[in-house]
Amino acid sequence: MLGLNKKDFGLLCLVTFMAAAAPILLNPFPETSTLSFLNAGYPALMQLFAIFGIVLIGFNILFGLTGYLSFGHAAFIGIGSYTAMWMYKLLNFNVIISIPMAMFVTGIFAVLIGWICLRRTGIYFSILTLAFAEMAYRLSYSVLTPITGGETNLSPDPINDPMILKGENGLTVPHLFGFDLNAKYVAEVGNWSFTFEAGYYLCALVLVLSFYLSIRVFRSPFGMMLRAIKANNHRMGYTGLNPKPYMLAAFVISGLYAGLGGGLLVAMDAQAGAERMFWTESGTIVIMSILGGAGTLLGPILGAGAIKYMEKILSSISESQLHSWLSILPDGLEDFLVYILANFFVGHAWHLTLGLVFMLVVIFVPGGLVELGQRVASRFRRKGSEDALVSKETPAE
Amino acid sequence: MSNNNVTRRGVLKSGTIAGAGLAVPTIFTASAARAYTNEPGAGSVKIGFNVPQTGPYAEEGLDELRAQELAVEHLNGMGDGGMLNTFSEKNLDGTGILGRKVEFVTGDTQTKSDVARASAQQMIEREGVIMVNGGSSSGVAVAVQALCQEAGIIFMAGLTHSNDTTGKDRKANGFRHFFNSYMSGAALAPVLKNAYGDQRRAYHLTADYNWGYTTQEAVQTSTEAMGWETVETVLTPVGAGDFNSYITPVLNSGADVLVLNHYGGDMVNSLTQAIQAGIRDRVVDGTQMEIVVPLYSELMAAGAGQNIQGILGSMNWNWQLEDAGTAAFTKSFGEKYGRPPSNAAHTCYVQTLLYADAVTRAGTFDPCGVAEALEDFEFDGMGNGPTTYRGADHQCFKDVLVVKGKENPSNQYDTLEIVEVTPRAQVEYAPDHPSFGGADATLGECNSGA
Amino acid sequence: MEEIIQQVVNGLDRGSAYALIALGLTLIFGTLGVVNFAHGALFMIGAFVAVLMSDVLGDIREIGSADDFFKLVQVVEDPTQTDFLGRPLAVETSYWVIWFGESFGNWLSDWAVPIAVLVSIPIMIFIGWAMERGLIRHFYHRPHADQILVTFGLAIVLGDLIRAMYGANPIQTPMPDALNGPVDLGVYLGYEASTITYSAWRIVYFFFSMFIIAGVFAFLQFTTFGMVVRAGMADRETVGLLGIDINRYFTMMFGLAAAVAGVAGVMFAPIQAPSYNLGMEYLVPCFVVVVVGGMGSLGGAVLAGFLLGIVQSFASLPTWKNNLVEWLGLDDSNLIANLIIGVDQIAIYLIAIIILLTRPRGLMGRKGVMED
Repeated sequence: MLGLNKKDFGLLCLVTFMAAAAPILLNPFPETSTLSFLNAGYPALMQLFAIFGIVLIGFNILFGLTGYLSFGHAAFIGIGSYTAMWMYKLLNFNVIISIPMAMFVTGIFAVLIGWICLRRTGIYFSILTLAFAEMAYRLSYSVLTPITGGETNLSPDPINDPMILKGENGLTVPHLFGFDLNAKYVAEVGNWSFTFEAGYYLCALVLVLSFYLSIRVFRSPFGMMLRAIKANNHRMGYTGLNPKPYMLAAFVISGLYAGLGGGLLVAMDAQAGAERMFWTESGTIVIMSILGGAGTLLGPILGAGAIKYMEKILSSISESQLHSWLSILPDGLEDFLVYILANFFVGHAWHLTLGLVFMLVVIFVPGGLVELGQRVASRFRRKGSEDALVSKETPAE
Repeated sequence: MSNNNVTRRGVLKSGTIAGAGLAVPTIFTASAARAYTNEPGAGSVKIGFNVPQTGPYAEEGLDELRAQELAVEHLNGMGDGGMLNTFSEKNLDGTGILGRKVEFVTGDTQTKSDVARASAQQMIEREGVIMVNGGSSSGVAVAVQALCQEAGIIFMAGLTHSNDTTGKDRKANGFRHFFNSYMSGAALAPVLKNAYGDQRRAYHLTADYNWGYTTQEAVQTSTEAMGWETVETVLTPVGAGDFNSYITPVLNSGADVLVLNHYGGDMVNSLTQAIQAGIRDRVVDGTQMEIVVPLYSELMAAGAGQNIQGILGSMNWNWQLEDAGTAAFTKSFGEKYGRPPSNAAHTCYVQTLLYADAVTRAGTFDPCGVAEALEDFEFDGMGNGPTTYRGADHQCFKDVLVVKGKENPSNQYDTLEIVEVTPRAQVEYAPDHPSFGGADATLGECNSGA
Repeated sequence: MEEIIQQVVNGLDRGSAYALIALGLTLIFGTLGVVNFAHGALFMIGAFVAVLMSDVLGDIREIGSADDFFKLVQVVEDPTQTDFLGRPLAVETSYWVIWFGESFGNWLSDWAVPIAVLVSIPIMIFIGWAMERGLIRHFYHRPHADQILVTFGLAIVLGDLIRAMYGANPIQTPMPDALNGPVDLGVYLGYEASTITYSAWRIVYFFFSMFIIAGVFAFLQFTTFGMVVRAGMADRETVGLLGIDINRYFTMMFGLAAAVAGVAGVMFAPIQAPSYNLGMEYLVPCFVVVVVGGMGSLGGAVLAGFLLGIVQSFASLPTWKNNLVEWLGLDDSNLIANLIIGVDQIAIYLIAIIILLTRPRGLMGRKGVMED
């Protein structure tokens, strides 16, 4: 169906279902419960899940399939964001213009940067991408302030910007043909409240399309060629095939996905800043990819969700919350545990947890969450476990 | 089972409304009766403290958080009441705000605009906060202020010193208690003239971002007005760590004052390295070379250690002031946390109380009512002397402190001494001053999210 | 001319810092074949050994953060003085002063950083050894990407452990008073007094780096141990076939590399007040240095360190940039003028790109290393 085999179609259905039902699935705890802070089903966070899912799907086509580790991918998100923002400022707030333009401009940059960086391989390639991303970050944070808004970010200014297509009473928030992306519907069900937001569903739709495209890429002869590059670059050369055009195509495709992500970020929240290009952001993209499972179809989405979830939820746990949960323990032990947790693992110390989880994943389950899931699954059903493994891609070789 | 049914109905309903929305684009919610964003219930009201808890300004953010928690305690009638006892308005009586118990949530801005906005958005959407307070950089303040404007809640800025926050980026829903670059320049110039004369030649090293630009401009304009000459202005990368290659050219430039428009870790490093390079040992044409740091903070003073001794700078407030408000706040903060509060902490504390008071006077949490109550509001007893929240740009006007690194500190918190309390009249400016966006700058319409 | 000499000195100084960190990074890569992203964290831990020693040796930071993690002081309440709340002031006296008298006690606290260099060597060798045994050895046969990632995770963890102990504020760690302030270099070159001056501690840092770099090279060149290691770097398998347990040698090399990073960090602490983020700040430039030098080449790392140091130094000199902008007839608001003025922001990355495009394996890299 849709040119997919049965298993891939199943995966696509799964992703579609998850994306569509996320506002409900991610809100399992009623608002009144003490565990409600674990809920992730509010629009701002779900948008990030979807957008970083899209970026990671693109990154996976480069890193997962070819093994080329780009350490500067966040730069493309930034370029996409700035482009989309300038579309708002110059033309109007319709995302049907801004998002394709974001992809287009990012694509041009990706061709240029890719053409240069792909002249080298291995760590030399990684450092070249890092160098470009650092330059992009530094220039947009300060030197290019007139274009990028610098530290105070680029944001639309409905009074002074030209906005030539806006018209007399045009919307001054991102919209799709006049339909406000902030429009929400809140369903109150008993103690639960579920928020369905137009903006999130736009992201979710794009996520599903991106996912579908990535399956097609994985299964195409082109995807085969990329995997051949990863397996043995030289041997591929000996068979008379030139890997360069394929690599450049993969690099540009992944850049386009990142530009799309950047455009969507600006569609959800109309401002663009340089920090999203900093090298640690690129590092986070790599971390997400490994955590989910590089080279797998579902891995990138899982990795993006897991990291963004930790970033939001772990960092907002406060000391008083810890006290209330651990209150059943004897006093001394409670204080000790709260001290350890609050100073080393949650709240402002959540980075440490991130680092530890990440290390554990790289050490014990190099295939990431996908491999973890498969292992657990195969333990539960001993028979046919081989089958389960075959359906997905083998994790990073 | 019944839940399932209701949920499905909900989805269907949302579908039809979304369809209708194509024709009439507005925001739909189930409870259409809402008067403004996050209208609180009868029992409690929630406010959001959005401060850097990780990254380079984490310590400052944690100090802000301490002060904010203290403010909530005082509003709820716990502790000794702090500045509630010295505040010129007596509307707050320790029963929360308008009879509602005050609760708070915290978020981490990481001093990144993106993260700060996401965090504020989480507070507004998920936690239902009615006001956001805090922050430790102007980029973050401008970004979060714009978000609060869109969402229709009040933003009480924390430490933000760039002119733009209440200049070209001012917003009707945003308020700033902290002082700004222009005021620093205006307050410093006379003191510098007294200390170093009016024939100096200044060399500026400026952090290459928005706050650096406005601070350099302010100091340059006000020192040039009194006769100083500006030899050179050099931009330095933010977070450069090693500033020596920028400092060595200063030595032979003919300048005899080095102005370091740096903040935080950058300031600690550039000042330390300037002293190591011998800037203060240098004599240029018979005059002793000096260093000036336009914006000081206690944490930077601690980080720079003995290097700040004798160096002039400006501050919004200092715990060593001798008025009753300062004493009350320093006492309750000191007794609770064992250290004196920083000026960032003071601003966040005062902003929380000012918000609570404005709500009480307005008799509503409606942001537009609160904003109206704050505009041109005059008060005293909060440590800065008589203060006005100017209605035209939502900037507080009050005395500015000029401070100096103390030569012989007697204890570990005794790092700065107050040189002069510059009267408010001297740092005032017109709302359409060219450094503040000129005539184009406008607050826009107040947004209550209704 | 004075300006140029000054910036060359400055470039050499900055280059020596880059070279020292890059040297340790290359030692690990060249011997063990591991890309160690936690190397910056080792540098940062070294700097915090300096902080620890100035606490232990009783530099009571009267102007300091409250985050003294560990200090040897006697606390006595002095009713004649008051603290900020008007309570009796708790006066801290170092036990070293109490035990050994004022002059020796104060000398110890003054010279805490140089003493920390000695103390840091065993500490860093131990940390390096523990890292290699506990973590890195399991990654010898894993892909380079996995090595990068696990050490990146480790760098985050180490940084945040330090933050949990010392807070996020930078902590001033002063050098001995005798070395604080400038030295008049110009008079040695025949200039008038105080034409060319340079920070005394930075000059010490430069010679210290030279000494360490020369020491590492001599160690590898003239000792049997070094000979085996060099042979192992060139051809691991053959050395193994000769019946030498090359891994044991390599473990020691990891300890050595950690010690080099550590002492570099200790000596750097007075220049840049250490904070938990120090490692991450220096990681990117140092990787650029290593790669520009050529992966696995010690000489390349040192050469690239100095090259990029000097480039950075000249890129931040305002005179030539202003002259260039003027010569091109650009006004200040012009974007090109802004780019020229701001070239110091991106100089080392630009040079890195140019070098990598003209010399595929950096300045002195070997073929086939880290290219897949």
